[in-house]
Amino acid sequence: MRDESTRLALPAAGDATERPISIAIVAMGGQGGGVLTDWIVQLAEDQGWVAQSTSVPGVAQRTGATIYYIEAMPPLDGRKPVLALTPTPGDVDVVMAAEFMEAGRSILRGLVTPDRTTLIASDHRSFAIAEKIAPGNGIADQGAVTGAIGIAAKTEIVFDMNALAIAHGSVISAAMFGALAAAGVLPFNVESFRAVIRAGSKGANASLRTFDSALAQVQTGSFAAAAPKPAEATRPAHAPMEPGLAALVTRLKQQFPAPVQAMALAGLKKVIDFQDLAYGSEYLDLLDRLLAADRQCCGGDKAFAFTEAAAKYLANAMAYDDVIRVADLKTRAGRRARIANELELSQDSVLQTTEFMHPRMEEVIGMLPARLGRWLGGKPRLVGWLDRRVSKGRRVRTYSLPWFLALYAVGGFRGLRRATLRHAVETAHRDEWLAAATAAVRSNYQLGVEILQCRRLVKGYSDTHGRGLSKFDRTLAAIKLIERREDAADWARRLREAALKDSAGTELDGVIRTIKSFA
Amino acid sequence: MAERSFAREVEDLRLGHGDTFRGEGILAITKALLQSGVAYVGGYQGSPISHLMDVLADAKDVLDELGVVFQSSANEAAAAAMLSASVMYPLRGAVAWKSTVGTNVASDALANLASGGVTGGTMIIVGEDYGEGSSIMQERTHAFAMKSQMWLLDPRPDHECIVNLIEKGFELSEYSNTPVMLEVRVRACHMHGSFVCKDNLKPRHTIKDALNNPKRDVNRIVLPPAAYEHEQEKIKTRMPAAIRFVHENRLNEQFGPKQGKVGIIMQGGMYNNVIRALQYLGLSDAYGNTQVPLYVMNVTYPVIDSEVAEFCLDKEAVLIVEEGQPEYLEQAINTVLRRKDIQARIHGKDVLPMGGDYTAQVLLGGVRDFLERCEPRLLGNRPPAPDATPVLNHPAVERLKQVVPARPPGLCTGCPERPIFAAMKLVEEELGQHHVSADIGCHLFSILPPFNIGATTMGFGLGPASTSAFNVKADKRAIAVMGDGGFWHNGLTSGIGNAVFNKHDGVFVIVDNYYTSATGGQDILSSRATNTRRKTNNSIVQAVKGIGGQWVRQIDRTYDVGRMRDTLKEALTTQAEGPKVIVASSECMLNKQRRVRPQINKAIKDGVRTVKERFGVDEDVCTGDHACIRLSGCPSLSVKQLDDPLRDDPVAAIDNSCVGCGNCGEVAEAAVLCPSFYRADVIHNPTRWDRFKSKLSMAVIGWLQQRRDRKRPVLEALA
Repeated sequence: MRDESTRLALPAAGDATERPISIAIVAMGGQGGGVLTDWIVQLAEDQGWVAQSTSVPGVAQRTGATIYYIEAMPPLDGRKPVLALTPTPGDVDVVMAAEFMEAGRSILRGLVTPDRTTLIASDHRSFAIAEKIAPGNGIADQGAVTGAIGIAAKTEIVFDMNALAIAHGSVISAAMFGALAAAGVLPFNVESFRAVIRAGSKGANASLRTFDSALAQVQTGSFAAAAPKPAEATRPAHAPMEPGLAALVTRLKQQFPAPVQAMALAGLKKVIDFQDLAYGSEYLDLLDRLLAADRQCCGGDKAFAFTEAAAKYLANAMAYDDVIRVADLKTRAGRRARIANELELSQDSVLQTTEFMHPRMEEVIGMLPARLGRWLGGKPRLVGWLDRRVSKGRRVRTYSLPWFLALYAVGGFRGLRRATLRHAVETAHRDEWLAAATAAVRSNYQLGVEILQCRRLVKGYSDTHGRGLSKFDRTLAAIKLIERREDAADWARRLREAALKDSAGTELDGVIRTIKSFA
Repeated sequence: MAERSFAREVEDLRLGHGDTFRGEGILAITKALLQSGVAYVGGYQGSPISHLMDVLADAKDVLDELGVVFQSSANEAAAAAMLSASVMYPLRGAVAWKSTVGTNVASDALANLASGGVTGGTMIIVGEDYGEGSSIMQERTHAFAMKSQMWLLDPRPDHECIVNLIEKGFELSEYSNTPVMLEVRVRACHMHGSFVCKDNLKPRHTIKDALNNPKRDVNRIVLPPAAYEHEQEKIKTRMPAAIRFVHENRLNEQFGPKQGKVGIIMQGGMYNNVIRALQYLGLSDAYGNTQVPLYVMNVTYPVIDSEVAEFCLDKEAVLIVEEGQPEYLEQAINTVLRRKDIQARIHGKDVLPMGGDYTAQVLLGGVRDFLERCEPRLLGNRPPAPDATPVLNHPAVERLKQVVPARPPGLCTGCPERPIFAAMKLVEEELGQHHVSADIGCHLFSILPPFNIGATTMGFGLGPASTSAFNVKADKRAIAVMGDGGFWHNGLTSGIGNAVFNKHDGVFVIVDNYYTSATGGQDILSSRATNTRRKTNNSIVQAVKGIGGQWVRQIDRTYDVGRMRDTLKEALTTQAEGPKVIVASSECMLNKQRRVRPQINKAIKDGVRTVKERFGVDEDVCTGDHACIRLSGCPSLSVKQLDDPLRDDPVAAIDNSCVGCGNCGEVAEAAVLCPSFYRADVIHNPTRWDRFKSKLSMAVIGWLQQRRDRKRPVLEALA
């Protein structure tokens, strides 16, 4: 039966007749996809078409991914078309994505096909929970979506519609509606689009401005020129560099090869900002020693990858996150200015901020002179007694005088920092790590680089910091087990990546178990 | 107050003869009820029928003018029981709920109602929450209709057809003394369309008339021997009457040519997508001119044997398009044909999938398979059907699968339930993992990342009841979570009462956010707003104590994470016997913002001193570990990549959608996370004292800052 049928030279029983225009809006709950849907329906109905929209609000409306679907077609001799309730993959004329990963999701659903679909997408990101909770960098690769759009869409209109809407004090729906008008896939003139917006009461003017701006942007093809940027605060001309700093910069430029200079300069800046010029000099000393090791291992052939990694992670290690640094950062003038700017603070309003601090005895001990701190650390009962008095949540009113003075005083401990226990501990830990890396780079260049990069695992404060340190230690211990293998560097990278996957270190433990099974 | 105001939609309910209604399907249904002269309406909210309840709640004036009684029922069982008003009196009544979950709850009352039968027309509107986007188990309401013998209407997704069927449905109900169910799927409920209205009808018989002239008839009560009589009545009288009515009034429709080798029988709700599938195959145009005979069952129960037989008589094969499983219709139609010895072959679930949405794409495949087997000539040379597979198989798109992250629903920005689960997470770190029974409601999102709390959910308000087995002395106690909606739906008795009576040792957390928030923010007994039509402000704590709860703690600000954590710890470790009940209350932020935001804006505009709070992150203090996000998941707490070559990982960042709920700060403090968070308080229209204080301290602070800055090497020059 089946075989015969394929050989029949019969014409189609009928043409696949004209189908309605179909539009799918993919968005996240709460993004106003419903408003956009209503506009499009209204637009079609205003022109005498029959329009039908469907959606699935349900639980998805609470920030989940959701889809709205519209079909529209003129009636024929008074007969209404029969319109479908769900989009059919391969048969969607316009897909409008209110977020970039949602554009990707619509492609995966087969809604975007090269023979038919105009894809209108905002390329701004609203990160999904999985992207946010990774202890490392869990952000999805936007390039993959861009690549797929190039394959799947017949026409693409992609720019940051969210930023454009915000710049005009409106919502993304208005920008997307403007892009739709510009796309020319609906046979309605621009004025009829505007009429729909005007008919809506709230925020019609802001919506119209956004609509017009989006329309103009698509028509002139200047997506890149996105939203009008907020005027940048004019920076004062740079004061001339003071001699001490200038000397360090000169030394850096002379001693270090070109490929590492940029990173070393950033590092130098960070450590000086953390402490002082002398600390900057110490940084260059340490880096110089690592460069020497690098040179011995023909690092020049590898663009001095070892030194560059060192320039980065050594700076991070030297500028550790202690109480003094936090207090210093919180009391700087630039910080308040930044917040005021973010809040778009008006002249006649008053700003106050509250910090949520929870100092523990550990932090206090860290600030003591090293010997005193060690002595106290050896008295757990005394520490416990003190901790009960110190360790509690403190709401610090930053810009009230008493609190500011307290923070300012802690920030002022900077001069004494080198004598503190915390500094001694950090320095010892740092030197041990550098020694391990230097030893490794001599036998396996890439392994040396990987060990330097493991520093990335140490971050956070209090328990989080403790967890990070423990991961760092476990990773380095595991590397030790396989350091003689040729693929040691690969394993080191795998260990580090696993450690950044989850906070408890479950994945890391898995890789360590694997290593132990053969090492 | 519901999440949305339906003030405009209420005006649509007033449309009269000849006016065109344009709008959502569920509102068209509401209008149809008024056109049918209902005397009373009840129900319980839940997607997809929430808007029906919301619009009626906002439509007091319209209902009063017509003399219609409207009630937000305590639960679906209460709503179903409400229909008993139509047993003795010729009152038309309708109730609505989400199905099958609501129908499950209502079954007892429905079965009793259907047994004794009705005098006035009764209609049960079920929002069939099946398929993509559904929030419940995948089942069919069809089974309930069959088991209790209630007629099941499944209209074509077209406002005119739906409205017409509701009007006819009431007549059918009265003609056959049987309650009628109207099944509308999620998309049809939220579908925008139009129909030409009729005038609203005042009920011919009112509730008042009934109260003033009470009637009783012991034969209508479900008790032997009447119950046996009812069964015979169903078989011998009501069913034949219904079949007669449906047939004579042509509630089922036929489209396309009268004759043909093959035909398609479908549920009414499948019609639009079937037409699209036929169109793809070149067998119909967009206006429904089909070349394949179609029999559209707008009434899916009872099956009208004679119509089915007539349709199948001259056909070699017939396809049944019936969404969901099991395939009740296919079985029924097979029985009809066998009994009548009609030879048409029946296809259905052999060419179509047993479960899941019947989208146009799925139907395209099924119908094509069917025609290939039974009448390939119809397919001709097969016009190209839409097909996305080449694109989906492209490597660039394949790669995308690994990239696009899942985006599950979650708690809203500033949700008061977030700190409760953050506290539970902190307790988990200290005391280890516990068995947690979850419940239906927004709080069920706790089962997803980042919280990953909750082992089971057994139905609305049944979180506490589902820990009942865990009532032995052990090292750990069971924890049950339930919302205020579930509490009043049935949880007070099934959960708390049950635990008190059985001396349950577990911990019961009642999440009180002043509304049934998951269904759209409707008022309930314990809502704190004053509602002129209802009595609100009934305390959950009082109710718990009234039913015998002894260990009860009220936390009136869930954002106090430290207190929340300590209370949970106490509940898990105390020696006290009996259930440990924690009532954690804070207003649903979605509703609060809708209520408060205009007030704040007005106050600022009017020159009143107003403090606006927002949270922020000091990006140079944040180390990018994201521990805070793992205890939050707030949409406004996100990450951002810094333009700093020294940093690998993005730092936390709070966007301007932050509502300043306080969770970030509380969590950072309680969990000893990090000092990156700050709360910024902006005083709008400050008093002179505010200004003076700020000016003075900023003068001193400015001087101190300059002093220190002078000592610092100027690093800006280092690019």
